[in-house]
Amino acid sequence: MTDTTFTRLSRRHFITTALTAAGGFALGIGIGGPAEAASLSARPWGEEGKRYPGEVNAWVVIEPDDTVIIRYGRAEMGQGSFTALPQILAEELECDWALVKPEYASANRNLKENKVYGSLSTGGSRAVRETGDMVQQAGASARERLIAAAAKRWGVPASECAAAMSKVTHKPTGRTFRFGELAVEAAAIKLDKEPPLKKPDQYKFIGRRLARLDVPLKINGAAKYGIDLDVPDMVRAAIIKCPVFGGTVKSVDEGAIASRRGVLRVVKLNNAVAVVADRYFRAQAALNALPIEWEVGAAGTTDSAQFRKAYLDALDQKGAVARHDGDVDAAMPTAAKVIEATYDVPIIAHAPMEPLNAVAHVQADRVDVWVGTQNADLALTFAAQASGVRPENVYIHNTFSGGGFGRRLGPDEVAQAVAISKAVGKPVKLIWTREEELRQGRYRTQAAIRFKAGFAADGTPIALDMRNAAGSSNPANVKDGLDPQTMQGLINTAYKLPNYRIVSVLKNTHVPLGPWRAPGHSQNVFFMESFIDEMAHAAGKDPVALRRELLAHRPDFQQVIDLLVEKGDWGKPMPRGKGRGVAVHESYDSIVGMIAEVAVTNGEVKVERVVIACDCGVVVNPRGVENQLEGGMIYGLSAALFGEITVKNGRVEQGNFDTYPVVRYKDAPKTEVYISPTPGKRWGGIGEPGATMIQPAVTNAIFAATGKRLRSLPIRGQNLSGAA
Amino acid sequence: MINIKVNGTSHQLDVEGDTPLLWVLREEIGLTGTKFGCGIAACGACTVHVNGAAMRSCSVPIGSVEGAEIITIEGLSPDSQHAVQQAWLTEQVPQCGYCQSGQIMATAAYLKINPNPTDADIDANLTNICRCGTYERLRRAVHRAAALMRA
Repeated sequence: MTDTTFTRLSRRHFITTALTAAGGFALGIGIGGPAEAASLSARPWGEEGKRYPGEVNAWVVIEPDDTVIIRYGRAEMGQGSFTALPQILAEELECDWALVKPEYASANRNLKENKVYGSLSTGGSRAVRETGDMVQQAGASARERLIAAAAKRWGVPASECAAAMSKVTHKPTGRTFRFGELAVEAAAIKLDKEPPLKKPDQYKFIGRRLARLDVPLKINGAAKYGIDLDVPDMVRAAIIKCPVFGGTVKSVDEGAIASRRGVLRVVKLNNAVAVVADRYFRAQAALNALPIEWEVGAAGTTDSAQFRKAYLDALDQKGAVARHDGDVDAAMPTAAKVIEATYDVPIIAHAPMEPLNAVAHVQADRVDVWVGTQNADLALTFAAQASGVRPENVYIHNTFSGGGFGRRLGPDEVAQAVAISKAVGKPVKLIWTREEELRQGRYRTQAAIRFKAGFAADGTPIALDMRNAAGSSNPANVKDGLDPQTMQGLINTAYKLPNYRIVSVLKNTHVPLGPWRAPGHSQNVFFMESFIDEMAHAAGKDPVALRRELLAHRPDFQQVIDLLVEKGDWGKPMPRGKGRGVAVHESYDSIVGMIAEVAVTNGEVKVERVVIACDCGVVVNPRGVENQLEGGMIYGLSAALFGEITVKNGRVEQGNFDTYPVVRYKDAPKTEVYISPTPGKRWGGIGEPGATMIQPAVTNAIFAATGKRLRSLPIRGQNLSGAA
Repeated sequence: MINIKVNGTSHQLDVEGDTPLLWVLREEIGLTGTKFGCGIAACGACTVHVNGAAMRSCSVPIGSVEGAEIITIEGLSPDSQHAVQQAWLTEQVPQCGYCQSGQIMATAAYLKINPNPTDADIDANLTNICRCGTYERLRRAVHRAAALMRA
């Protein structure tokens, strides 16, 4: 592990030395009490409309007592950027971390003030990647204005002053002002030009292994998730949407539940039925007992076998050329050897731990929604549309959220909760069951791909031809028959071949699709990294050696592979029935490689160890990078081992964790993460990459252990017995 | 009327006997640290201690625990000083955190039964789901908590 520079530490900070996962020593701070580190409220949404005199800019407020409120312009769904982004801002602001209190940026203000916080949407591993520069500049700008305010008071040039630990010092005389004494004046100062940002080698706070600010709230039940919110006079609702996507409500026998205790109303939406009661458990029990007939249409006869065939058949249909380097048609016939393979994956659901929910309060001229959303901007739009209230009068109070992984980017629950609140004229808390969550997903697309690779006589790959069939999760993104998202990981591969072509066929069914952690990459990296493995074996080459060959133009990749191979024991012998598999990929400006070790015993797969190497550019907080790679890996491992949503009669068959299994302790491998950043300024995203590589790393390891090549997922249910 | 004691406080409750304990805790008593994850005792997010034993409260009818002493995450310790909480803090386990109340309660109960578990013991006996995939840190934290409790 490369740990980061550690040059200065506030005396108020409590220093610990800890043995890291990697076995190296790392310094950590802030695990002490609340006096030692910044702190986060269990209710971290700001007070709407409140204007602080000490608001130096939209991101930074300094109170008279020196408290630093740092606005956080993304969602916290577990990825840790509620700590990482304030950490970046604090680097430039030169404030005392112990005085920092981050809070959510307001979506309403973002609307009214022309996207002052940029996009609040938290997908695409973008929190640090895209907001990093904004908050860095905001911190630097605030610091310079605090310095200017102090210089003005002293009547000295600003160049004689410096900021550190929430104070401005006049260097020649040693006089100081606290930030809290200067903030109001600083807020009024206009700078001639924005100050330059520190260079990465000047960072003293970015790169530290800081404790996450939300952890103390998440070990005692204090953190408030959307599902935990109570507002005065609130009623509760349970809901079921037509189980056949696109269907509508035909009839509801309300009388059947009218006399049940606590039941207040049945609210019929076009495509869903909600029961409103004084308590959620009463609403849900009544809904379970409510006879509902649905209008399901032709989609009611579809099933997964039809879908799978349709996607595989689509590989023979006319598509659009997404990328074509060289001339595949000319090169392929010259190949000394050609191999072909077809892969496919089923739809899968997100299954965040916290089922979707929202508290909505619709009034004549104002809407308030409390929700853990990945996309507060879109939640605001949905709430405005569902209520008919002007967007300027809609307030989204973003809470902690119990996972997102892409599902909370499309806030269906917000629109429903708002519609129900409007119907009953009271604040309503709407809670989905786990069954509703799995059956009303915005799923990862079903997808299929056919590869054809040609080799020269010496085994050098000369051509790679791909035909891919996948669904678009957003028709608005489709241009010239292509949705860039379905091509992620193929169109922007780092591998270099002289002749390289992708033809894309877009195919959608009635199943709603959405971004699933590392959308596009998620299935395409499984495809590509599996087939690259097949190519290596076909050419008689070591799988790592072929990857190095195709990445010869990328020294940064070679460095990650060096680290991966060393730490992951690549090439060392393994006992019979065990194997190692490798995968490397660049996504979201980060290069990540994985080696998985598996044991296959009597057809059962156990992933025993996973080694991860990464170059994500600037490491804001090594702990955060490790967490996200470990967690992303486990998320992808669930998909690889178990992930499959099946459709019968147009409706999803799985309903809960008994039929949609996910990784538990017993399935979770020993994991090691090694970070080796290349120098320079690059905020690589880290929330998603881990979820992709693990899928092919495991199936490649199964091949190494058994000789059996898996070209479909999930692994569960495939016959591996006797293969070893 | 149903009588239970939660975190040392007695409650008399006028609820239907088939109401899950989880929803009594959350909606009648107002303790929201115990989470709803699946409703079928499959994920463990709702784990509490009933007379000292870990139980998945989403599937415990309130009528079946008349007179019971219940401890929730809020009652495990007044100041987050329980060994399991301290281990979770030191190992920085939570990501989204939604499953962690249940993880902590399941671990606290298990370590009373087995104060020195192996990794295999943990795999076999701790079955709560974490969708963020914190298992590497969870496992380390369980060992750390066990060591703290033995000390």
